[in-house]
Amino acid sequence: MAGQTDPHISLFSPQEIEFMAEDELVEILPNMKMDPLNFISGDFGRFVPMMATKVPLWLAVALKRRGKCTFRPPSWLSVDNLTQILEAERESPSTFQALPFSYVEIARLLFDHARDDIPDMYMVRSLVEDIRDVRLHKLETNLGSFQGTSAVKISNVSAMEVNLVRPFVRRALEAFYKHDKPEADVDRDARSSSRQPREANNEPRRPLRQR
Amino acid sequence: MASNSDLGSEEFETFSSTSDVELLKRAWRNEKAAPEILQYEGALVERAKGQIELVEANIEDYVEDGTDPLIVSLYQMDLDRTQFLLRSYLRVRLLKIEKFMFHNLKSEEAESRLSEQEKVFAKRCADDLAKHFEESVLLKLPENYQSVLKQSLISETDDMVPEPHLDTFVVCKSNDFVSLNLYEEGESPETVEMERGDLYFIRYKIVKGAIESGKIDLI
Repeated sequence: MAGQTDPHISLFSPQEIEFMAEDELVEILPNMKMDPLNFISGDFGRFVPMMATKVPLWLAVALKRRGKCTFRPPSWLSVDNLTQILEAERESPSTFQALPFSYVEIARLLFDHARDDIPDMYMVRSLVEDIRDVRLHKLETNLGSFQGTSAVKISNVSAMEVNLVRPFVRRALEAFYKHDKPEADVDRDARSSSRQPREANNEPRRPLRQR
Repeated sequence: MASNSDLGSEEFETFSSTSDVELLKRAWRNEKAAPEILQYEGALVERAKGQIELVEANIEDYVEDGTDPLIVSLYQMDLDRTQFLLRSYLRVRLLKIEKFMFHNLKSEEAESRLSEQEKVFAKRCADDLAKHFEESVLLKLPENYQSVLKQSLISETDDMVPEPHLDTFVVCKSNDFVSLNLYEEGESPETVEMERGDLYFIRYKIVKGAIESGKIDLI
């Protein structure tokens, strides 16, 4: 109603996830001279040809588009490292390897805008895709063995992955929690049968179903 | 090999920089992910507004004195991003106010988290909706069923007021070492200990206090 496009107010849209990833710092090599930029979000530069400097991803992409810089791909985005990660992901069925929280978004932005700056770009891209697929599959299988009714630790899961499983996990945990506390329900039933309904019950009856 | 600085860049940022944009982003994320309305970040919003106005004026000057269009467009992009955060933050709040308008006005605690303008908005929304319900349906019903807030006169509580569902689960990331009590009074005590940077699916009520004190962020 208030102009928000997303009806699920507690969920982030893919664009919003990308928006957050765009604030991650990356290293670029400028090819022009420019004074420091004093942004609301911080000060960046100054920019000197061939002097590496760290800027947010969105700024790097904007400069790259105008041909003003080249990227220095982050060190985790290399064939060697990604191959290792992929192997480790495949080997351990339940734990996740440490990757940047927004690795999918960062990688995609770099593939879209800096393909010429990434050595072995096609290899790197297919590795990232494989890693993403393995992890998503693992996440799905792991959901079956979730333990605990109030707090569940999820180590090294990325922004996109969290966002993807959130609606399901939230409802599942809500249901677990509710069924773990049967006293409250018994209490309510006892009360309503012993007296005339003092509190009309309009709580959702079937917590397991999607509302 | 992935170096630590790569992996930790985000954490470093939240730790070392307390720029208003970073704070605004945190407020926006928390507000989007929390089931209930959080305390209005009045001072932060005012500062962000001030900075936005300043940059808007600067950009006008740049355009007039013929600064490199590239630089102008970069400042414009930075401005757009900050404006988006601010707008989205305020809109999420409006959305929540609309969703729980009677609750927000009924509970003093919830009302105290609104800004003055939001209070006016909530009040007007609630009045309009109540008026609409009354004119279109309620006043045509038998006397016992005319209340906007109650199912019928025998209800002892306001049982027609939607309330935020606080037993829901959220995803959080700790900024610090935190030890939280998992259970409510009367149950066997059990705590969860979070290291900095840990991610958890957790019941909102458990982390409510830690979010307010800034030890934990919702994601």
